[in-house]
Formats: sequence, C-alpha cells, structure tokens
Amino acid sequence: MMPLLQIRNLNLGLKRAGSSYALLHDVSFDIMPGEIYGLVGESGSGKSVTSLAVIGLLKKPLQVLGGEINFRGKNLLALRRREMRAMRGRRIAMVFQEPMTALNPLATIGRQIAEMYVLHQAKNWSEAGQLAVEALASVRVPNPERRAKDYPHQMSGGLRQRVMIAMALACNPDLLIADEPTTALDVTVQAEVLKLIRELCAERGTAVLFISHDLGVIAEMCQRVGVMYAGCLVEENDTAALFANPRHEYTRGLLGALPRMGSRLEHGRQRLVDIDSVIEDRSTLTSRRFITPRQDIAAQ
Amino acid sequence: MKFGFNFILGATLTTLVILGGLLAPWLANFDPVFDADLMNAELPPDWTFWFGTDAQGRDVYSRILYGAQISLTVGIVSQVINTFIGVALGMSAAYWGGWWDDLVNGLTNVMLAIPSLIFALAVMAVLGPGLASLLIALGLTNWSWTCRIARSSTLSLKTLGYVQAAQTLGYGDVRIMFTQILPNIMGPVLVMATLGMGSAVLSEAALSFLGLGIQPPFPSWGSMLTDARQLIQLAPWTAIFPGLAIFLAVLGFNLLGDGLRDILDPHMRTRLS
Amino acid sequence: MLRFIIRRVLQIIPTIMVVALLIFVIFSVVPGTFASSLFSDGKTAADPELVARITEQFGLDKPVHVRFVSYVTDLARLDLGTSFRTRRPVLELINERMWTSLRLATAAMIFAIVIAVPLGFLAALRPGSILDTVTMVGAVSGLSLPQFWLGLLLMYLFALKLNLLPSFGYGDGSFKHLILPAVTLGVTPLALLARTTRAGVLDVLNADFVRTAHSKGLSETQVVRWHVARNALVLIITTIALLLGSLIGQAVVIEKLFAWPGIGSLLVDSVSMRDIPVVQGTILVIVMWFLVINTVVDVIYALIDPRIKQV
Repeated sequence: MMPLLQIRNLNLGLKRAGSSYALLHDVSFDIMPGEIYGLVGESGSGKSVTSLAVIGLLKKPLQVLGGEINFRGKNLLALRRREMRAMRGRRIAMVFQEPMTALNPLATIGRQIAEMYVLHQAKNWSEAGQLAVEALASVRVPNPERRAKDYPHQMSGGLRQRVMIAMALACNPDLLIADEPTTALDVTVQAEVLKLIRELCAERGTAVLFISHDLGVIAEMCQRVGVMYAGCLVEENDTAALFANPRHEYTRGLLGALPRMGSRLEHGRQRLVDIDSVIEDRSTLTSRRFITPRQDIAAQ
Repeated sequence: MKFGFNFILGATLTTLVILGGLLAPWLANFDPVFDADLMNAELPPDWTFWFGTDAQGRDVYSRILYGAQISLTVGIVSQVINTFIGVALGMSAAYWGGWWDDLVNGLTNVMLAIPSLIFALAVMAVLGPGLASLLIALGLTNWSWTCRIARSSTLSLKTLGYVQAAQTLGYGDVRIMFTQILPNIMGPVLVMATLGMGSAVLSEAALSFLGLGIQPPFPSWGSMLTDARQLIQLAPWTAIFPGLAIFLAVLGFNLLGDGLRDILDPHMRTRLS
Repeated sequence: MLRFIIRRVLQIIPTIMVVALLIFVIFSVVPGTFASSLFSDGKTAADPELVARITEQFGLDKPVHVRFVSYVTDLARLDLGTSFRTRRPVLELINERMWTSLRLATAAMIFAIVIAVPLGFLAALRPGSILDTVTMVGAVSGLSLPQFWLGLLLMYLFALKLNLLPSFGYGDGSFKHLILPAVTLGVTPLALLARTTRAGVLDVLNADFVRTAHSKGLSETQVVRWHVARNALVLIITTIALLLGSLIGQAVVIEKLFAWPGIGSLLVDSVSMRDIPVVQGTILVIVMWFLVINTVVDVIYALIDPRIKQV
C-alpha cells in the first residue's frame, strides 16, 4: 500500500541575513491511509512546526530549508500557492489546540461550518447551513439546529472542539492533523473528544497525524508513534512495541518519567526518573549540535 | 533595534526645539518684540531676515526661536499638571476603591464627555487670555487619559505579591503608592505625557490663533499665524514658517512618545489607542 | 436589545446633568464681581453704567444659589438663556447654526473614513511594503499638523493662487464651499483612523481564528471578507467614537478660519465677547450631541458584537 503522507528529510528553520538556524533536522516518516500516527515529544521538539509544514501554514520567518512532503504522490512543497490552498480543508484538514480562540467570535458556528461546504462543494448558503447542522449531529452535539445559531462564546471548550472537528471533517479529507486537540480541555471531556476522533476517522477512513506531549493519550489513540526530540525523529514504532520495548535512550527516559499506578506496590519506593536538563538553547545547534549531557543520545 | 527609528528622529527633533528655545537669546538675530521697524514690513526671506518679516517688520526667524520657549513651557507645564492630577486620581482610585473610585470614574467620564478644546475654551473664557490661564486651562483638560492608564495599571499591580507584602509590613498606603506602585506605572504614564506635550502645543497654537491664548506682541507660534492669516497672499512666508515650527515640534514629541512606547512595551499600542 | 438601548440612553442623563453643573460652577465662581469681570479685558475698566444695567437685567447680583436654581429651572424648560450681546435667545442662535456645523462635521468624517479605513486595511495586509510605510509616515504627520495651518496653506493654494475654490464662507451652501473646510477638518481624524485601523487589522490577522480560517482553505480575500473585517470593525468603530471628541474641538477652530457659520464660530466669538450665556448654552449643546453620537456608536457596537449584550 502506498503511504498517504511521505515525509523525506524535512529540514526547516529560520533564515536570517546569511545564517540559518534549524528547527527540524532530516525528519522522515510515513503515514498510511486510514492510520492514526502519533508524534510525541516535549515542548519545543518540533512537532507542531512539522504539522504546519504539512498543511503549508508556516509563517515567515520560518521556512522549509530542504526535503519533500509527498501527499498522495505529489510533493506539496513544490506546489504553487493556489494549488496548496486547494488541498486545505478539502484533502488535509487541521484541528488546533486552543478551542477558545480558534473560532471567529463574531460569526455563528453554523455559518463557520457551512463555509466549508460553500467553499469546497459549491453549495449555496442555505444548503450548506443544512449540511452544517448534520455535521454538528455527527459530532454528537445535542440540539444541533439550535446550536448552529449560537456564537462560540456561548459554548464550552469541549463543544467548541467538537465544532472544530466537525469543520475539519466536513469535506472528508484524507488526512486530519490534530495538534494537541485535547490538551486545553478538562480530563473528563478529553476522553469523549478522543473517542470521537477515533470513531469518526475510522468511519471515514481518514488518516490522522496526532500530535501530543501526553504519552497516555498517544497510547490510547495511535497505532504507530514517532518520538521527536530537538527537531529530530529519534524513534518510531508500533505503539505497543514502543511502550514495551523502547530502543532509544530518550524514549526510555520519557517512558521512565511517567508516574505509574501501583508502581509503589510493585517496585517499591522509586523516584520518578528525571531526564537530565531541558532542551538547550537552539542557537547553539548549528554544526556542533548537542552540547549537553544528552549529546550521545541525540548523536545516535 | 532597541532605540528605534521613531525614537531617534523624535529625540532629535525635540532636542532641536529645546535647544532653539533655550539658546534663543544667542541664536536669534533680532529682538522678537521690539525690533519692529515698519520700513521692513513684509519682506521675503533674504540674508538679513532668514525667514522674512511680518506685518510689523519683525524678524520671523527670531520670533520663531523665542516662540519655542513659549511652546515648550506650555507643553511641559501643562503635562506636569496633567500627569500629577491624572496619576494622583487614578492611582488612589484603583488603590482605595469604593466610593472614591466611583467618584473618580464618574468625574473622568464627565471630562471625557467634553471635548478638550471646548473645555479649554470655557476655562479661557473665565480666566481671560494670557499664558497663565492657558497653562491652567490645558493642565485641567487632558488628565482623564492619564488617570485611566494610571488606574488600570495600578489595578493590575495591586494584586501582586510585593504590594501585599508591603501592606503586611505595615507600610502606610501613601508610602506604598509612592514607592511600590508609582515606579511601575511610570512607563505608560511617561508615554502619555510625551504624546500629551504634542497635543498641548497644538491646543496652545489653536487657542492663540483664535486670539484667546498668548496675546500679541509675544511671539507664540499660534498667534503668529493669526497675523499671517491676513497676509497670506502677500507674504506667505509669515504663515509657512510658524506652522512648520509647530509641525516639527509636535512631530518630534509624537515620534518620541511612539518610540518610548515601542521600547517599553510594544503591546501598549493597541491598549492605549 | 431594546433594553440595552434604553439603558445606554438613560445613562446620558446623569452625565449631562453633571456637565451642566460643572459649566455653571466654572462660570459663576470667578474672582471679582461677575459682571465687571465680564466687561473688562484687564486693560480698560468697565463702564459702570453698562455693568449696572446688565447686572440688573440678568440678575447677576443675586446670590449663587438663587442663580443656580433659576439656571436649572430654565434648563428644564429648555431655555438656554439670552445672549448678553444680541439679546436673542441662545437656543435660537444655536438652532440657526447647528445644521451647518453638522454638515461640516459629517463631511469631514466621511472624508476621513472613506480614505483611512481602506488604507489601513491595505497597509496591514502588506506590512513593510511601500504603501505601509507611506501610510504610517502620513499618519504620524497628519497627527502632528496644526489643522488650521493646513487650512491656511490649502486656502492659499486652492483658493488664492489657483482660484479653484472659494476661500471662505458658506456661500450658497454649494459643495464647492464645503470642500476646503471638510478636508482640513478631516485630516487629523484620517491620520488617527488609518493608524488604528492598521494596528487593529494586524492584531486580528495574528489571531488564532484567522489561522483556522486559512487551514480551511480560504483565500486571503475570503479570510479578510468573512473573518477579519467584522472583527476589525469593532476597533474601528471605537476609534471613530473617540475621534468625534477631537473633531468637534477642532471644528471650532476650522469654522472660525473659514468663516463657516456654525456653532463653533459662534462659540469662539462668544468667548471673545465674554457672552457667557451663549458660551454656556453652546457647550451644553455640543456635549449633548457628543453623548448622543457616542450612544449611537455603542448601539452599533452591540449590533456587531454579540458578546456585548451579555455585559
């Protein structure tokens, strides 16, 4: 089977008068059609920036410095702006982290969902409005007809995120990028939203690039996982295998740092293993890359 | 760039104005009031009279230099008064809250309901023309914005730890306001004061132009323009130079204020506007 | 919605009352005799007979509280007093000139909005471009200009040198006469509005929901039209409301400059002549208008932003 998304040697960074400053180093991974692929790592590891590169929303001064992003065989980086724009919403869609600010406060949510149908399926506004109500129903928003006339500030975070999902999946894209979709939500709501994403994507055969720093969420959602550290993809495996048998030292450290239920009973009193130091200042990452004690890990 | 273009240009212009005013007695070629020879009336700019002469035969260049003194005095004094009133009311209103806060807010709302030039006109009507009344009038008008800024800044600072710490140590309210809060709100207040100087100079020019401010024969840039109004067709230089002086001085203050704002906190822009 | 409107309208009342009080206080509490201070300009002494006559006629020698009571009762009857100078009712004088002033103010505002808002939008959409730099420089300059100086220069250029436009007066009310005063008056609002529109649009462009809109595949034009415009409008309208205050103030000077027969020039003349009832009345009317327009703006605000009504 052909991979849906194929990223090869993606290099990304800031380019300023002469010097460049890299944020991603030769990142490569594939996502198969219909699979949920997780990208995990701490803040600053480059996960979000990878996703923005895929959907083409990198803001200056960030830019792609090299590599390919092949989507259904075509290199997205080689597309003209208009062609890339045609992909967004239609074939590749995104859900962001902050539901509170991700929706236009001055437009009804029905209207914001309807935009998708007007834009991509050439429907008129009244048809699109009807479809929007159906979309709301599909993400299990109670009372969808009434809710469609609400404004974002009248909804809770969890509901707003459902709206975001409805919008993103409205035109049945091939790939959904979910950048920390539940991080800003209450734990109880998190589970519902995650379940929703899993079920809807399974129904429609939508692949998901799921980004999170939360290992628990990754374990629940994803079939395969890639671990990112300081702009590099350091390990990649099926979820179960990764958790059972982490090969890279960073991954081991990451998993070791997880507080585990019942660990006290099983293993006696143990301190949470701490990974030495944080991601150091990136400006030093030019030729001599990693200067901290984690040097040997990253060099692998 | 820390010291941005705005700041540098603004500082340069402002310094020029200050120097012009301070060094007027040495830089001027003639006396601005008494060297009035009707034989020299309405002469275009030449080597003797660099900016030409006005209807009374006075040297425009010299008058502009001395006019800088007036403009600066008005700008600085009025802003000092403004800042004092605004900060005192705003800070205390936020700090003490309660009925005092309501009162200050009400007063501020009323002041904001009256356009400042109109209020200044009213005060001038009562006090009569002249420099002193001008200073009082302008000092009493624009304090409302400073008050608002001081109040909101104080409100956010009030809850910070070190203020509460000072309170538990038994520091008196006034002492806390002066030593803890005041230094931290000075940033936005200073920006407002700088921008306010430009506004004050414009108001003074307008009032003097209307004949209500500085009275002739004193060389206020605004009153120079009143005379120029009659002369504009015959002697346009009498109108061009004073107005240019006002423009450059106010531009200097505005750029300086903007520059300060960018240095202190670039996010202030939308908050203050 | 209706409740909101009524509430805002009612809020005007206490404000205008305090303003009226303030005006009374300012004009009553003066050093020296009220009447003689009115008629002396500090250089020549007032004619005692004239002073006595005016004092008696206008009841100026009565104690403060008596004068205050009659002031308030007069106001309640919408009687703004009588002019010292012309003996005509102040209200009449104002009525004659109010629409003229409104005409000028509206023209100036329209001129400012029509140019500033699109300019601000374009500058924000192309930051760092030549258009952007020119707009910013122009804006700062416009804010630093003494408006009446600009008026003088324009008058010189277009009326006296080129003879294209009349140099002053209302004339027959034709558009020709309106141009110079309106443009002069509108320059500073234009400058401020262009600047704040640009800043506001830039802020909105950086907002999260704009990123969402882009991720949906909307083109830049669509993003601006469907998402940015309305949100920026909120800031624009706030600015317009703020501008009105300075506009009204400057209008006073511009009216005098161009001999435009509005309430602004009336105010200036009355101040020069110390015609206190006219000054009081004019200020009161001007403030009233200002408050009314601000309320209208608030209502428009609430219509655009659904979050406001909850407050």
